Amino acid sequence: MESLLIQRGRVIDPASGVDAQMDVLLRGGRVVDVAPAGKLRGQAKQTVNVRGAIVAPGLIDLHVHLREPGQLHKETIASGTGAAAPGGFTSVCVMPNTLPVNDSAEITRWMQAPQRSAIVNVFPIAAATVGSAGEKLTNFAALKKAGAVAVSDDGKPILDDRLMRTALQAAARLKMTVVQHAEDTRVTAGCSMNYGATSFRLGVHGMPNSAESSVVERDIALARATKGHVHVAHLSTREALEAVRAAKKAKLRVTAEVTPHHFTLIDENVGEFNAHYKMNPPLRSVADRDALIEGIIDGTIDAIATDHAPHAFHEKQVEFERAAFGITGLETALPIVLTVLHHHFKLPLWRIIELLSVNPAKIFGLTGRGTLAKGSHADITIFDPKKKWTFDASQSMSKSKNTPFDGWNFTGRAVVTIVGGNVVWEA
Amino acid sequence: MKPQLGSLLSINQLTTEQIEAILALARRMDPDRPSQLLHGKRVVLLFYEASTRTRTSFEFAAKALGAVTTLVTATSSSIEKGESLIDTGWTVESIGADVIVMRHPNSGSAHLLARYMTVPIINAGDGMHQHPSQGLLDALTILNHKKELRGLRVVIVGDVYHSRVARSNAELLSRFGAEVVFCGPRDFVPEIAATLAPGVVVNHDLNAALQGADVVMALRVQKERLAGRHHSVEDYIAHYQVTPQRMKLAKPDAILMHPGPVIRGMELTSEVADGPQSCIHEQVRNGVKTRMAILAMVLGAAH
Repeated sequence: MESLLIQRGRVIDPASGVDAQMDVLLRGGRVVDVAPAGKLRGQAKQTVNVRGAIVAPGLIDLHVHLREPGQLHKETIASGTGAAAPGGFTSVCVMPNTLPVNDSAEITRWMQAPQRSAIVNVFPIAAATVGSAGEKLTNFAALKKAGAVAVSDDGKPILDDRLMRTALQAAARLKMTVVQHAEDTRVTAGCSMNYGATSFRLGVHGMPNSAESSVVERDIALARATKGHVHVAHLSTREALEAVRAAKKAKLRVTAEVTPHHFTLIDENVGEFNAHYKMNPPLRSVADRDALIEGIIDGTIDAIATDHAPHAFHEKQVEFERAAFGITGLETALPIVLTVLHHHFKLPLWRIIELLSVNPAKIFGLTGRGTLAKGSHADITIFDPKKKWTFDASQSMSKSKNTPFDGWNFTGRAVVTIVGGNVVWEA
Repeated sequence: MKPQLGSLLSINQLTTEQIEAILALARRMDPDRPSQLLHGKRVVLLFYEASTRTRTSFEFAAKALGAVTTLVTATSSSIEKGESLIDTGWTVESIGADVIVMRHPNSGSAHLLARYMTVPIINAGDGMHQHPSQGLLDALTILNHKKELRGLRVVIVGDVYHSRVARSNAELLSRFGAEVVFCGPRDFVPEIAATLAPGVVVNHDLNAALQGADVVMALRVQKERLAGRHHSVEDYIAHYQVTPQRMKLAKPDAILMHPGPVIRGMELTSEVADGPQSCIHEQVRNGVKTRMAILAMVLGAAH
């Protein structure tokens, strides 16, 4: 049986309260032992010497678009997971807005088939309604059985109150999470960025904060009524953050994720119509960005997720208002989190690991992940928080290069990514 | 000193010296005395949107300086067949354009084109964003009647939100120390409009805004943009139409401007449009002079 010993690392496993110089033994796709340095010597065929790097439970991205089936010119499951591995992600949860929409057990299984050549774990999030058309709920039980970890109509928010209520009730019975892209699309039709001084100056229709927060508030009220679990995708406004904070105080089943770009960039960065800064939800104001950082630090925000949204050049190099929404993010997320949250805002490493691994595993109920406890899956991210490097988008493993972070200098990155006990990427 | 212009995309892109140089050159331009300043130059007018005065005046301006022009419109070209803006630009450039004058319904389209072309781009209006040649010709018109822009009170009334003319004018006038008052119903003049430039304020009461005004600039109001909003055409007329009575609230020597097309009986009455304070025709005449100056500057032929 395949075995691997990770030596000389600093193991940080928040789930078991470990932060020490330890070695980790993997065998048969599982964590077999975590013991003080040297004690496990000779127990594995292979060893990796990580020389003081951080050994953490594998990072899990709750929000990824892999474009397969249907839009292979943007990304494939193979190329997207190929970008996840150097980003330090051992698992990606993939959104259903493929062509066709993933609203069936059949497509859910197809996405996870070995023929897709994924190099990290792929967990489908299935559509909550048939075709994500917002009319009829999908068969949550069948989807869950096929491997779906949550349901969502990401990008096509469920605005109908009754439909969202029944979705939450049906999901609650199966202990599933409903992920909502909170946007009142009745208000934001024709909008290309955040509503504010920059959108006015550029003469571009802007999305007000209330288009997000009103849906989050509605969803929280429904979570209260149904006891269902709603997860707020890519939360971007201070008002929505406030609503989640209050919901948590009231002990409701409400969780939220924030993207690296929303706590790093602001609407002004759009500059003179740079489509690499166009995504949905849009980059917001300084006040919103600062509130998100505060929310991450105080624990209101549960997870960091990328909303990795690859697009081809020709879909971005058009008139700003016609350019596709979205940016790639798998390779830059951990570096941004380390550079901004850890080095600048002094967020401790164990909290970073909570945001990127422990909490994501809990939110979607991925048992045996987000931890290095004995018996858990051998998904491990080894990262060097001090490594200085420059991101070059042209070298990205993703099929698409639509990122605002090209040329950014980072401090920190993954050095070894291990999935199911196998090294899938090494710096 | 000959200021290097490159493309003309927005007012904000211009230095104060460049604006002054364009205005000084425009004063010297005379469409009735043609020259060969741009002899042999090829000017492509790339119009994705309907236009009467801007297109015609750029064309006359180019011809008055001896340039050759050709018009490409969205409905009679490959644009209709789905060619991208950048590909159309490359085609036009490869055919031999020396400058591309573009009108486009999307904000930012001129910036996009300029990023990929090697020839200069003149923005003849992009969506709700900018209309820099209009801002410049309006400044020229105001300066024909007022000694300087500094200290003037300029009231811009109408659908400011959708207006590239309002944005270009406010940015230019603010740069030279004028006070710009945006006036109109809240949907047309949101509070955020005051962030556009220093010295820009928002006032929803036209009668109050007009007190002490040196310049009253009415903008076109499209009926369909009032539809479905909180007010009717009647409401708009009652509160925001520029009438002879309202013009009396402004300074006695105030001038009345309008970028066109004028919808008589909507944003202003015929008495005002054709009245003694109206500079509407002068604006159109100055449009040709200003665009002659812009073409000369952009093509490096100014001296």
